[in-house]
Amino acid sequence: MRRFAALIDSLIYTRSRNAKLAAIAAYLRATPDPDRGWALAALTDSLDFPAVKAATIRNLAGTRIDPELFRLSRHHVGDTAETVALVWPDLPDGEQSDPGLDEVVQALFATTRATAPDIVAALLDRMDANSRYAMLKLALGGMRVGVSARLAKTAFAQAFDVAIDDVEELWHALDPPYEALFRWAEEGGKRPDLSTTPFFRPFMLSHPFEGDSLDLGEYAVEWKWDGIRVEAVHLGGETRLYSRGGDDISAAFPDIVEAFDRDGVIDGELLVRGTDQGGEAASFNALQKRLGRKTVSKKMRQDFPAFVRIYDLLMDGEEDLRLLPWYQRRQRLEAFVPKLNADHFDLSAVIKVDDFAALESMRAGARDAAIEGVMLKRRESPYLAGRVTGHWYKWKRDPLNADCVMMYAQRGNGRRASFYSDYTFGCWTEDGELLPVGKAYSGFTDEELKWLDRFVRQNTLNRFGPVREVAKSLVLEVAFDSIHESKRHKSGLAMRFPRIHRIRKDKPAEEADRIATLRGMIS
Amino acid sequence: MHPTHQPPVPSTGTFHPPIRYPMMAKAKHWIEPHPQGIYVRPADIWIDPSTPKKHAVVTHGHADHARGGHGEVWATPETLAIMGLRYGTDAGTPLAYGEGFERGGVRFSLHSAGHVLGSAQVLMEYQGERVVVTGDFKRRPDPTCAPFEPVPCDIFITEATFGLPVFRHPPIAGEIDKIFARLEAEPDHCLLVGAYALGKAQRVIAELRRAGWDKPIYLHGAMVRMCELYEELGVSLGELRLVMDTDKEDMRGQIIICPPSALIDKWSRRLPNPVTAMASGWMRVRGRARQRGVEIPLVISDHADWDELTGTIRELAPRETWITHGSEDGLLRWCELHQIKARALAMIGREDGDDG
Repeated sequence: MRRFAALIDSLIYTRSRNAKLAAIAAYLRATPDPDRGWALAALTDSLDFPAVKAATIRNLAGTRIDPELFRLSRHHVGDTAETVALVWPDLPDGEQSDPGLDEVVQALFATTRATAPDIVAALLDRMDANSRYAMLKLALGGMRVGVSARLAKTAFAQAFDVAIDDVEELWHALDPPYEALFRWAEEGGKRPDLSTTPFFRPFMLSHPFEGDSLDLGEYAVEWKWDGIRVEAVHLGGETRLYSRGGDDISAAFPDIVEAFDRDGVIDGELLVRGTDQGGEAASFNALQKRLGRKTVSKKMRQDFPAFVRIYDLLMDGEEDLRLLPWYQRRQRLEAFVPKLNADHFDLSAVIKVDDFAALESMRAGARDAAIEGVMLKRRESPYLAGRVTGHWYKWKRDPLNADCVMMYAQRGNGRRASFYSDYTFGCWTEDGELLPVGKAYSGFTDEELKWLDRFVRQNTLNRFGPVREVAKSLVLEVAFDSIHESKRHKSGLAMRFPRIHRIRKDKPAEEADRIATLRGMIS
Repeated sequence: MHPTHQPPVPSTGTFHPPIRYPMMAKAKHWIEPHPQGIYVRPADIWIDPSTPKKHAVVTHGHADHARGGHGEVWATPETLAIMGLRYGTDAGTPLAYGEGFERGGVRFSLHSAGHVLGSAQVLMEYQGERVVVTGDFKRRPDPTCAPFEPVPCDIFITEATFGLPVFRHPPIAGEIDKIFARLEAEPDHCLLVGAYALGKAQRVIAELRRAGWDKPIYLHGAMVRMCELYEELGVSLGELRLVMDTDKEDMRGQIIICPPSALIDKWSRRLPNPVTAMASGWMRVRGRARQRGVEIPLVISDHADWDELTGTIRELAPRETWITHGSEDGLLRWCELHQIKARALAMIGREDGDDG
């Protein structure tokens, strides 16, 4: 358990992505099966021990320490698992017999509500404080070490020098502790057969379009919808919905999962219908109300009904179509979609356009709330995992711009910890009051960052912890993809993808934009 | 550095449960706790007063105990030297450990507290009653100061900075090893250790030396004068260099000591890929270490941890225990559970700061 605990602690204190990857990879290489597989499962939240509850642990603490002292300690530490780990009495160093991760996992699997307290207590007695912390976090679920499932898989790929896409595919087909996965990666073993398992197939991604023109005979055009990219899988009698990163988000969208009842795998955009849009796709803002929820209420399902606008068909029944050219997959898709429940699935239309000039004006004119731009897809391309050049291009609408005034600045993280690099900016009301409309921390060069940092330090009015209020004198030209109504800010507005486009040292703050101007940009 | 010059650390250590602790002494005791310090009425002397007083005994040089502007001061020679450096005070009556004086019928003497160089407990004897004020103390060995001396007493007036059972400081050797392990793993980086300028910094340097680190150790400008004073007072720290006088490239693979506030200050930009560490007992709690943005938390403290606090009370077995500052609720509760007479004194200006 000590090795695993050391990994967990190093991840807690490391903010750099590369350092996290290196730490996980080193652990996976140096640790034998099945411990490393359990560790990987813990990092990706793939283990569940329903018999162990926070209350179990809390009550357990009461058997070793006065409840009032525990309450005071818990109040100070702010986390039950950590408090128990810290206050649990240590056996003398020589008498601890630190169990292996596998032993701990097997013991936790074997617990029932009735036996959990004794089993957990016996394990805690054998460990030091760091191991106790790691075990309690593992038992309660949610390591909270700032590692996404994707990052853990990337670390796996780096550790054994295999392709991340292969890892993604196999990952979802296998169960912890993934011994077959390690065997395959380490020894080049045979790939397990996955044709009827509802695992995640990695998405085909696009590059930004930066040219002047494309031959529309060679490339087909679709709208780029502004929702979240999802993959719906129905195979072997099971249905799953995956996000772009390969996370299983089925629980948040039961309406989609229930409705997807044909064998196959689709790639599409998850959107919600808005009443303002006459039942058509609403903005990303509306979709956000349903994102990030582990479960979803009936009211949510009614108020924000979700549907998938389908772009592509990866599997038709058990037949893998990914090596077929796009135009053939498209034909199969057009035949597939009518079999689905029309409330929850429709087809992303191919745009008929005569020439590139017409497409350019169409893209510029598109102000539909749910359109981000257009997609250009080569008709002959197979469905390729990842971002491969020369096949798919995204051509986003030109960003919107507004001149805003810097109001607050906050310190960044990691490499930027000594810089004020996150800026909140606002626009003027009709009464001459400045209200925040957004926050941005990108878009500037290192040189500009140094300048902005100096500006913040020299123009500080107030300090609130890591935040400084600055003199309302600097105009920032902010670029953003779209702007929506939002209750989050006092201005009632929220920007999508705001970034600092230019520093307008030349412009007086009074001449920055008004809230009303921004309101006019709502699509 | 003085704790009040730094941005306030959001305190997770103080809370105010609606409990009223009964006063133990019925008649007015000859020692009176006041928010600004402990007043010894028959001698008209204050201990560690936070505002200027005519007569003061000062336990040690940290800013929450030592202030400038008093009339007559009694302290150890080391504490007087530290106060001279920090507050420009020049007078005071030096008392070595074990030495004392009498005033108003009260016999005062100073005894080693093991907290920082020169730190002392104050023993007072009056009409057959013995009272000890610890100031701040620890029980762990420290190469930069004399060890704690247990002084039998009737009333033990103690600090309780780490008065909760979550605080158990691990052996220091393992913490120092974390520095070496990281430097070995990342030789291109330098290791920046945030440590309180009085006591902690010198202890970390001395422990690095003890563990065999014989390269120069680099200092933030704010640490220099105190390190020089330690050297003058006979604590050897090896070769120290100033960051300001050193080329960036020459500091790769080296150890640099700075005040905690400088860890994320503009100053740190002159260092080559610094990995940040912080030496403090508060680093025991992960959230606290993360809040500071520290990559290597070093649980190194100059205060007694929970086991040392409760062990010391057990060892001395005083008639009463009074608690000056820190997590007094935790220690009070422990005393209650062990049927030890105890009370919390509401002392102000004793900060839950970086000198943990």
